Amino acid sequence: MIRAIVIWILLATAAMAVQPDEILDDPALEARARELSKGLRCLVCRNESIDESNAELARDLRLLVRERLVVGDTDAEAVDYIVARYGEYVLLKPRATGSNLVLYLIGPVLLLIGGAGATLYVRRQRIGGPEALSAAETARLSEILDE
Amino acid sequence: MFVELGHFTLILALLVAAVQMALPMIGAAKGWRSWMAVGEPAAILQFTLLGFSFAALTTAFVVSDFSVALVTANSHTLKPMLYKVTGVWGNHEGSMLLWCLILAFFGALAAWFGGNLPDRLRARVLSVQAAIGVAFLSFLIFTSNPFLRLEFPPLNGQDLNPLLQDPGLAFHPPFLYIGYVGLSMSFSFAVAALIEGRVDAAWGRWVRPWTLLAWLNLTIGIALGSWWAYYELGWGGFWFWDPVENASFMPWLISAALLHSAIVVEKREALKSWTILLAILAFGFSLIGAFIVRSGVLTSVHAFANDPERGVYLLAITAVFMGGALTLYAFRAGGMQAKGVFGLVSRESALVLNNVLLAVATFVVFLGTIWPLVAEVVWDRKLSVGPPFFDLAFTPFMMGLAVILPIGAMLPWKRAALGRMMRPLWLALLAAFGVGALAWVVQTERSLFAPVGALLGGWLIFGAATDLWQRSGRGDLASKLRRVVRLPRADLGRVVAHSGFGVTIFGIAAMTAWQIEDIRVADVGETFGVGAYEITLEKVKEVRGPNYFSTKAEMRVDRAGKHVVTLFPEKRVYPVAAMPTTEAAIDNGVLRDLYLVIGDPQVGGGWAVRTYVKPFANWIWAGAIIMALGGALSLSDRRFRVAAGARKQPKPVPAE
Repeated sequence: MIRAIVIWILLATAAMAVQPDEILDDPALEARARELSKGLRCLVCRNESIDESNAELARDLRLLVRERLVVGDTDAEAVDYIVARYGEYVLLKPRATGSNLVLYLIGPVLLLIGGAGATLYVRRQRIGGPEALSAAETARLSEILDE
Repeated sequence: MFVELGHFTLILALLVAAVQMALPMIGAAKGWRSWMAVGEPAAILQFTLLGFSFAALTTAFVVSDFSVALVTANSHTLKPMLYKVTGVWGNHEGSMLLWCLILAFFGALAAWFGGNLPDRLRARVLSVQAAIGVAFLSFLIFTSNPFLRLEFPPLNGQDLNPLLQDPGLAFHPPFLYIGYVGLSMSFSFAVAALIEGRVDAAWGRWVRPWTLLAWLNLTIGIALGSWWAYYELGWGGFWFWDPVENASFMPWLISAALLHSAIVVEKREALKSWTILLAILAFGFSLIGAFIVRSGVLTSVHAFANDPERGVYLLAITAVFMGGALTLYAFRAGGMQAKGVFGLVSRESALVLNNVLLAVATFVVFLGTIWPLVAEVVWDRKLSVGPPFFDLAFTPFMMGLAVILPIGAMLPWKRAALGRMMRPLWLALLAAFGVGALAWVVQTERSLFAPVGALLGGWLIFGAATDLWQRSGRGDLASKLRRVVRLPRADLGRVVAHSGFGVTIFGIAAMTAWQIEDIRVADVGETFGVGAYEITLEKVKEVRGPNYFSTKAEMRVDRAGKHVVTLFPEKRVYPVAAMPTTEAAIDNGVLRDLYLVIGDPQVGGGWAVRTYVKPFANWIWAGAIIMALGGALSLSDRRFRVAAGARKQPKPVPAE
């Protein structure tokens, strides 16, 4: 029982995400800090941003971000400062450079290919199919498409 | 004793599955009726054996038999009975047994309700289903046996992860598994049809109810998981693009695509080979999901079984089934001739576009999920891919889908006149713009996020209403209403599911853009204002629960001097598992949720308190439930029609 209470007291002090004492007095700076925190990964957690995480390290990083902003860093400079120390692993949105371009371009490229493929498929089976349109129907169709 | 019996029936089930895999397949190839006939009794027997095995494991949890290693690791005598039972699947081994049970259940369903299938097709479907069963049962028995005993049983167990002791999460896995595993049925049908070399409208009709069933359970399972994250994790997030979430989201997206393309096969006999491919890939994503969750390759907050050996085994299962099916597809798909022909502007084309958007969106999520792994292996770059990326890369696809959906849903088959068809929809579009403009006017931010969400959500909902209005024909309201009630359930299901999509989009946009957050230190008795509310921290006291200790706050919420509600947020500690949890207190409402969290006592006195006002939060899950309801409506139609078809043919049609 005593052991249980000791554990309870120990655990009861576990911090939670952003603490009141971390918040900056300037609401504009604080808003920027929150926005940046959402894009930075808590390195010891599995898949949480430092904004959501309860870990000690996340708190340190949150304070560091705020420190940089107070010193006068722009958002980009503050992020660069953190990345220079912790590596690009810390970014939840990877930079669109080098091999990461594949990640960013795959969606639009696949959409284009898929769209082109689908258009080709629809057109081909429309023209070559057993029920191909008559001249009158084709005329009507282009009329429809022009509407 | 019953534990050994359960263990025994589990091994027996594997043997039965092996027989069910081999005999009907050979029988179907050789035309041996008696061999093919083995499939049905074997499927039912396999299900019965696994049902007994599952019951045995459940009993071990209920009576807290700590001689079973799994019960010791995941249960405790003080745990409430509900969580003793749900603890059966709150761990890797037990959840895998549940997976196998559901797999066998679907096999048995196909045996029970497959009376109207051609004998040969049914035999092959049951055989493929059993092959999946063999793979997973041997995985279960050889790498994750739930029935292992301990030589020296302890006096008490180590308790279940307290985060899992929650109704939302307790029932989240069974729904998800019905979804994941349900897609195995579509897969089995696809492979059987490829072996058969024939895909026709009837095939489309048979495969659709299974996909629908899987999809609607996935919808419920994902919604439950998201709802749980919302109220349990303590800051009201509802989706984190975590690899495990993506593991369930990818099958959901691709099965939504399959659901729609199967309609084209059924009604128009087109898109056959594409539909087969989707059916294979949908189950493929289920397998990949199982691999992601259970191998721990992509570590995430809630992976509970990280073991390389299991990962390799699951990867092998995925490779064998996907490799086999896709090879078969490469050889056979070319022979599938489309019959139905359609114009550029037609419902078929709209469904093709739907499929392109959903399939590409799925692939983007997939690539984002595995990208950290790829980058590390190929370029030795250690990086993360998180919510900001997915929000950016995924959202446009859903917006595109929302834009075309109301038009596509109302387009006639074959070919259509876009102008005439759009006429009734102009009003819906106008109304949607009205809602969007209203959102712009009422908000204080100058962001387009919420207005665009409101516009799209409104477009979907009003579009669905227009769809229903048009389908109900001419005449006065009463006769329209009569016709609506008599519409085919599938049509009603479509309207309901599509409007649910709109509700969810609106909920996500409104909550994300308009939520108010307040973090502060409050003394007991202090009153502070958040948004339109005044909140008073009345009391904080320590209380004891059945298997936890709790710090419980009493917080009074007023609005303009009037009492709204008193909430009791808690911070709990589960001593056995040595884990703290936050129990946010939420006042649910149609227009907003009030979300209160009590934090730590502060050095200078007072307590850390977080307050959120989350507008339209419940619309997110309400929309998901409406979508699932639409699926269920559609499913009820299907079943009726299948049954009616069976009644018309009292004798089974002999295989050709």
